[in-house]
Amino acid sequence: MARRLPRKDVVVVGLGWTGSILAYELSRTGLEVVALERGPWRDTATDFNIGTAADELRYAVRQDIFLRPKQETLTMRNTPSQTALPIRKWGSFLPGNGVGGAGVHWNGQTWRFLPDDFRIRSHMIERYGEKILPEGNQIQDWPVSFDELEPYYDKFEQVAGISGKAGNIKGQIQAGGNPFEGARERDYPTPPLKQGYAQELFTKAASGMGLHPFPRPSANISIAYTNPYGCSMAPCTYCGFCEWFGCANYSKASPQTCVLPALVREPTFEARTECEVTNINLSVDGKMATGVTYVDANGEEWEQPADLVLVCAYSLFNVRLLLLSGIGKPYDPASGEGVVGRNYAYQTGSGAQGFFENVQFNPFAAAGSLGAALDDYNSDNFDHGPHGFVGGASITCAYTNGRPIRYHPTPRGTPNWGGAWKKAVKDSYQRVMGVGAQGSVMSYRNNYLDLDPTYKDPLGRPLMRMTFDYQPNEQKMANWMAERCEEIAKAMGAKSTQLNRLGVPWNVVPYQTTHNTGGAVMGSDPRTSVLNRYLQSWDVSNVFVMGASAFPQNAGYNPTGTVGALTYWGLDAIFNYLKSPGALVQP
Amino acid sequence: MRLRHLIVLLPLLAAGGAAADPDSYIDVARGKALATVGDCIACHTAKGGTPFAGGLALQTPFGTIMTPNITPDTATGIGSWTVDDFARAMHEGRRPTGSYLYPAFPYPYYTRVTRADVEAIYAYLRTLPPANNAVNRNTLPFPFNIRMSMIGWNMLFFKPGEFKADPKRSAEFNRGAYLVEGLGHCGACHTPFNSFGASKDDKFLQGNQIDNWAAPNITNDLHAGLGKWSADDIVQYLKTGQTRTSLASGPMRDVIENSTSKMPDTDLKAIAVYLKERGAAGAGAPAPLPASDPRMQVGQAIFADTCSACHARDGGGVEHMFPRLAGNVIATQDYPASLIRIVIAGGRAASTNAFPTAPAMPSLGYRLSDAQIAAVVTFVRNSWGNAAAPVTAETVHDLRSRVVHASD
Repeated sequence: MARRLPRKDVVVVGLGWTGSILAYELSRTGLEVVALERGPWRDTATDFNIGTAADELRYAVRQDIFLRPKQETLTMRNTPSQTALPIRKWGSFLPGNGVGGAGVHWNGQTWRFLPDDFRIRSHMIERYGEKILPEGNQIQDWPVSFDELEPYYDKFEQVAGISGKAGNIKGQIQAGGNPFEGARERDYPTPPLKQGYAQELFTKAASGMGLHPFPRPSANISIAYTNPYGCSMAPCTYCGFCEWFGCANYSKASPQTCVLPALVREPTFEARTECEVTNINLSVDGKMATGVTYVDANGEEWEQPADLVLVCAYSLFNVRLLLLSGIGKPYDPASGEGVVGRNYAYQTGSGAQGFFENVQFNPFAAAGSLGAALDDYNSDNFDHGPHGFVGGASITCAYTNGRPIRYHPTPRGTPNWGGAWKKAVKDSYQRVMGVGAQGSVMSYRNNYLDLDPTYKDPLGRPLMRMTFDYQPNEQKMANWMAERCEEIAKAMGAKSTQLNRLGVPWNVVPYQTTHNTGGAVMGSDPRTSVLNRYLQSWDVSNVFVMGASAFPQNAGYNPTGTVGALTYWGLDAIFNYLKSPGALVQP
Repeated sequence: MRLRHLIVLLPLLAAGGAAADPDSYIDVARGKALATVGDCIACHTAKGGTPFAGGLALQTPFGTIMTPNITPDTATGIGSWTVDDFARAMHEGRRPTGSYLYPAFPYPYYTRVTRADVEAIYAYLRTLPPANNAVNRNTLPFPFNIRMSMIGWNMLFFKPGEFKADPKRSAEFNRGAYLVEGLGHCGACHTPFNSFGASKDDKFLQGNQIDNWAAPNITNDLHAGLGKWSADDIVQYLKTGQTRTSLASGPMRDVIENSTSKMPDTDLKAIAVYLKERGAAGAGAPAPLPASDPRMQVGQAIFADTCSACHARDGGGVEHMFPRLAGNVIATQDYPASLIRIVIAGGRAASTNAFPTAPAMPSLGYRLSDAQIAAVVTFVRNSWGNAAAPVTAETVHDLRSRVVHASD
């Protein structure tokens, strides 16, 4: 039996990017806020010492700061006709654990989605007719426009100190930036990172092909910066230990560098770590949340009453908490009814590697989001008519690292061990450069999340089941993108290239990307969305759900920039809700 | 909120027979501000303990002193003290019984505080919730446990009396002097001790060795003191914990977080004006070691490898994050303890409302030998215009044995 604690104004489930931003913005107004975080406290000064942070074995191989499957895992299958089995070692994606969440270990690529992405269904039908939409799709327009989100993208970029070069300020195209981006009010707060030799070649080659390369926006920042919360960051040292690592240099935007130093000074804020929320409790009529129940590190159960429940866990776990709490109707692919778990999506990865001669790319001088990119093949920036697919990809030439244990690209056909392998590693390390395409994934009737009928977690609750595969539309798109990447690699002067097509069926073992989206999507129609346009539950008006779980489908970019923008968008809605509680949109 | 607090304690004041006017809200608020200047909370609070309830172990050259409970608890605190009792402690270093306090309680400074200010502090302390916390006040070893010995000490070293303003100086200077020489008791750390543990008046604020830290010279000395700082730099430092080139850490971090960052700008400015105008005194800079010196060459290699990613090759640091080492007086103090121990054990900068980040210096003692630390510290002390005596491996070894388990 849970013991009941004194009421709080706000309970925040999960203390990552979205949870820390909301906790800070709400507690600074004097509201009593408690954040419940499943994992441990993490802090740059104590956890990411410069002398020990760059430990590839500990962090990249042994996955030190990630969620342990024993804490929570998923079952997985490709199609509804298969029987799902539990993921026993995280592979294709790596959920974070602890304060800061995935914001600790991300690479730092901080994109704004393109204006067309927000109304992709309407836009594609208008331009190409209904028949361009793939079979079984559930693609839907976002309930917000780019222009509505622009000030909130800006707010997040200012807090995170993002380094980049604007391509479109108030409709004026800026040389050297991304000409396809939506109009922004002002430039990034810090200038782009210094680009390497590979990016120089890419930029020259792509420009020669009539494409529009630019330095990609980065949360590994280029110069010292103090954000609007007073939190300070130091310039990136290009050490190449970003993805899967906490940054020891205070150079990568994270809740630790950008929000927590200010948040922990707020007298009305409290964090309880190693406390796992097991349920959002509802009133008898099911229309209001009364708070949450959680289990602490000693296995003791507590009830935390609160007026407002903000669901800020990782996207997948937001969906599971809603399913376990009975908030919103679970999605059933057979009938097409229900919404929670609907429109789960992911990301494609494809591209080409180029093998050069007489070059030294120095891949070890890297940063998680150092790189040159182009958007000519993203969203609907090109004519989809001849290709017969929906969606696109951002194309980049980047080194995120040249770390010793895992970075040793070799030509296809090289043995996996022995003298020939060693020779190939040595020959290739300085001479290999990749051009990659990170592509969109549309939403489909049979890609979804629900509760597994068989497998349970240590607390006896059903695991969540993921049913997902790349559909023909995504395969066609990603493989076409790989060819575009190969063209660029050749134009850069590669002596030989090899194509990396999209791996199908989707396999949970090799790492691909931790860009899991959807399952609790925002929308204009309660029959096809869990949340209204203000990220407020259609069913329980004092529950707001943050994160990429709200994406109706995924775009050809990393999600964090849009997650950040939605958080500030949601914050304004929460302020409105507090003034006048109730549904912000009438269904 | 504060008013409600006050109402609750009215009966308490009556019960305590306090002489301070219990109706005076202003006195309490002023007293709280003055207690902040004095940073009373720092010594009178045990680690993790109730504020002002005492029990912190102060390490002195003569042994450990446990700080007393100064909440208005009658049994274990100062609940039975009258305002006269309190003033006697502050001004004369005596308890109500007449027995003597040790100057770890800086009454040689507090004797300068006006009676009105003492009364305000008393009024504030009476508003604290009484905390029952008995502290063993007799932990000094023989012969220092004989409190009567303080009669002689006081005769030799204690000059009682309220602060007297210097009519030849500005009101601002005098305000600064009153704060620094009185409640702020800056000299308690920043002035060298004689062998009896008394501050050497002739070396006032010229720097001190305390608890294995160098409390730097804070006269206007160009080499080791505040000579290169403007008055605004000093205000900025005390208010935010940093200037454009330096970040506070070590014991000064606590002073800034608990005390100076909460003081009004006018008082900080007065302190700055006083420190800048009262003059300079110091030993002067030696000639720097030549870059060709083998110790410098070894130190330079270690610096490039271990330090330069943050502090930069030119020692320039990163504003708000990593202190500038070029021209940094902490680096060039005669007594090099602060620099050495930060390399060995790391440290963390002050966190203030203005700059909450509080970046950390990692501890490097686990992978640098005594000789390596001596070399890199010697390099820092003699590069980019810095000049100070070289450091030996023996000095590092000696300090390491004393600070390796220090928490800061």
